[in-house]
Amino acid sequence: MGEITFIVLAALVVVTAYFTVTSPNLVHAAVALMGTLFGVAGLYVFLYADFLAATQVVIYVGGILVLIIFGVMFTTQIGSQVMVKSSAPNRLASGLAVLVLFVGLANIMRQAPWHRGELVAVEGTVKTLGTSLLTRYLLHFEVAGVLLLLSLLGAAYLARREHG
Amino acid sequence: MHTLTLYALIILFLPLASFVLQIFFGRLIGPRGVWLSVGAVAITLVLALTMLFSVVLGSPMEHYPELVWFSLGDFSLTLGFQLDNIAVVMLVIVALISGLVHLYSVEYMRGDVRYTRFFGYLGIFTFAMNGIVLAHSLLMMYVFWELVGLSSYLLIGHWFEKDSAADASKKAFLANRVGDIGMFIGIMLLWSVTGSFTFQGLYELVDVEGGNMFAGQMGLLSVAGVLVFMGAVGKSAQFPLHVWLPDAMEGPTPVSALIHAATMVAAGVYLTVRLFPILTPDALLFVASVGALTAVLGALIAISQTDIKRVLAYSTISQLGYMIMAVGMGAQQAAFFHLGTHAMFKGLLFLCSGSVIHALHHALEHTGDHETDPQDMRNMGGLRKRMPITYATMLIGALAISGVPLFSGFLSKDAILAGTLAFAQHHHQWWAILFPVAGFGAAAITAFYMFRLIFMTFHGKPAKAQVNRQVHEPSLVMTAPLMTLAALSFALFFTLPGINPLHAEGWFTKIIPQAENLTGYPELGVEHLEHGFHQAHSQAVRLSVGVAGSGILLAIAFYLLGWLDPKAWTQKLQRIGLYQLSRSKFYFDEIYDALLYRPFLWLTAKIAWLDWDLWDQRFIDGLGRGTVKVSDVSGWLDYHLLDQYVVDGLGRVVSWMGAVGRKVQTGRVQNYVLWALVGGILIVIVAANF
Amino acid sequence: MDSLESYLFIGLVLFCFGLYAVMTRRNGVAVLMGIELILNAANLNLVAFNRFGGLSEQLPGQVFALMVIVMAACEAAVALAIIINLYKTFQTIHIDEAREMRG
Repeated sequence: MGEITFIVLAALVVVTAYFTVTSPNLVHAAVALMGTLFGVAGLYVFLYADFLAATQVVIYVGGILVLIIFGVMFTTQIGSQVMVKSSAPNRLASGLAVLVLFVGLANIMRQAPWHRGELVAVEGTVKTLGTSLLTRYLLHFEVAGVLLLLSLLGAAYLARREHG
Repeated sequence: MHTLTLYALIILFLPLASFVLQIFFGRLIGPRGVWLSVGAVAITLVLALTMLFSVVLGSPMEHYPELVWFSLGDFSLTLGFQLDNIAVVMLVIVALISGLVHLYSVEYMRGDVRYTRFFGYLGIFTFAMNGIVLAHSLLMMYVFWELVGLSSYLLIGHWFEKDSAADASKKAFLANRVGDIGMFIGIMLLWSVTGSFTFQGLYELVDVEGGNMFAGQMGLLSVAGVLVFMGAVGKSAQFPLHVWLPDAMEGPTPVSALIHAATMVAAGVYLTVRLFPILTPDALLFVASVGALTAVLGALIAISQTDIKRVLAYSTISQLGYMIMAVGMGAQQAAFFHLGTHAMFKGLLFLCSGSVIHALHHALEHTGDHETDPQDMRNMGGLRKRMPITYATMLIGALAISGVPLFSGFLSKDAILAGTLAFAQHHHQWWAILFPVAGFGAAAITAFYMFRLIFMTFHGKPAKAQVNRQVHEPSLVMTAPLMTLAALSFALFFTLPGINPLHAEGWFTKIIPQAENLTGYPELGVEHLEHGFHQAHSQAVRLSVGVAGSGILLAIAFYLLGWLDPKAWTQKLQRIGLYQLSRSKFYFDEIYDALLYRPFLWLTAKIAWLDWDLWDQRFIDGLGRGTVKVSDVSGWLDYHLLDQYVVDGLGRVVSWMGAVGRKVQTGRVQNYVLWALVGGILIVIVAANF
Repeated sequence: MDSLESYLFIGLVLFCFGLYAVMTRRNGVAVLMGIELILNAANLNLVAFNRFGGLSEQLPGQVFALMVIVMAACEAAVALAIIINLYKTFQTIHIDEAREMRG
């Protein structure tokens, strides 16, 4: 049962990712991306990262994806085709390079002597994560907060309407 | 601060204040301001006289204040005063003559374009002269020595619009410089052995009884003494550096009286007197020879001069030679005594001549005669009636310098002549007799030419009757100094409380005793010397009266009564060449011209040729031209090869590479990402395989 | 199938797709989507390493992933602001038309 679910999720992720990358229609691409993100969230569940899966859904699907679609809407004249094209030579060269990278990295991945620890069934990660964030990773937590604030300000500054 | 130190400081610096006042504010204050200078010198005279009286009344002055100027390691240089009896007497002489000359100049220089500046110069001269007198060390004395030289230069060249005055001032300065170099080397020689500049220190360190530092090298001490004496040769116009003094008469007559008769030229004698204790017999013999030669030469030249001031100038040279000779004979006391008396009567004579010149000058101007030289005695004559005070005082001066009894010159000259006689009696070599011969001979000639001067100036028929009528006695401001100095030319003033006109015993000899020579030779012992002087005294009196009388009589015969015709005798002497020798001052200027000046000019011309034609034109400019050629070639190489091909080539290569390379920079971010990816892959491949 | 390699492989696939999108897509928003894919690939790896590396005590991988998500949110916000600016300036969101940097 688990295996089938995993394969389905993996297939979902790969296929929707492919559509995200290749779809000439931006709206379609965004919808495909949503599928990818959901798939990844599912994989998180498989990895016993329940909080992360929830965060993935809430922030990515509910926040970032909406933001991206906003972007699409803002920058496209209404009624016109939201089409994306790319030049053939570029695609060929890039595809080749990515293919080489893919083969190389897959090779490395297969051969690498990964460190493997004990596989423990975890009850829930929320408490552990919360404790970690407020003890050992407190500084990171604070820095993340500051980063959010700064990017908020930065984005607002960049996107504001020029006066006079 | 000790009162005496304060006195000395005031005496030293008050004239300097006068200088500063006249130089910087003279024009502001106006001609009346010169009375401030007169007053300043008068104050120094009062202070000096105060000190003199206290000395005469029985408390010898021995005050040697000093302060450290600077220290270098163990060596420290001090500034200080040597306030002893000699210094006090000298201070009085300087202050007295300077004061009288200041007073005299108020009238004499009236209307001069640089009236106040003249007084400023007189001030700095008096300052420097007092500095020489007060200096406690040879080095400090040397400093003031040069300052005196400077002020002399300034005063001789007071009327620098006249070429002759400007030349004379330069000549004086240069001649003095020759002597000063010797003096400086001598000072350094003394210092290198003893490590001391001060007179007291030198006396102590040379003293035989205190462990003479020159022991075993007395020759060196002789050399050092002679070298320091070179300074005196220059300053006191001794042979062979006497040539500047006659030319210095181009300066105003009060200057001649103050500087070139009474004080500055006496500084050399003062130095020699100070130096006497450490001079060896050899050095003293040298000193005496120079003095004797100068005394005779000066007197001989003075016979035939017609310029009234030049006669007096050569007379001064001769008298200074006397003093120097006296020191050389060991008669240091007599030398200083003669310095004092000579200052009075020679100052007097100069001021009298100034009075005559002044009167004649105004008379000539009045009659519209600008051709006649007011200093030439041939243009005078018959002035006795017109200028009775000047005549009387100048006669007193002439009597004094001739060595007539009752007058001061008699006593001092007699003391010197006694010294020469004593020297001749104790030295049995044949040449020892030359010193008394020179002394008495010069004395006779002195009497002759002084009365020649008197008779030519004041007696006989006036050369220009019209001018003579306009001549009149100057005002009291000018005659008062004359009368003062005339009074001081009587013997009485130097012998009080003694009144014997034939003997110098008195306050002067009491406070200035014969100094002890410290080099330890028995023939220079004080008692030995004084014994000799005493024995020779009566003989000297008789002889000196005789020679003075014969000189005066000869002058009377020639110039007053006309028994002998000067022209005929001149022609006779001309036939054997003696007259020309005297008339042309023994050709010293010509000899210097031929031996020093022309060869020097020739040498400088040659050196200039070497320097300019050879070195500068050929070598330096040649270097320049060569450099230009080399740089031309190098410039061509640089531009056509290096610049055009190498440098520009590099530039073109870089430019070409840039043109190629810029194609990579498409501006498309995605291309960059692609390149980055390719690069990353390559790195991974390389890292994995090597 | 529930092994480290399978998760890493999925991550690798996602990363390659994302990279390809970044390099070929002309539309800025599409590039942004590619970046999101890359970030998800990284996150997947992090969580997988956390799981299979036996790091269940303090869950550093998951914390790291959280940080990445936060960063992704920031990045999306700023990137969209930039894209909007780009659009205002060049009247296009085709990033290959903004070639001011061309040499």
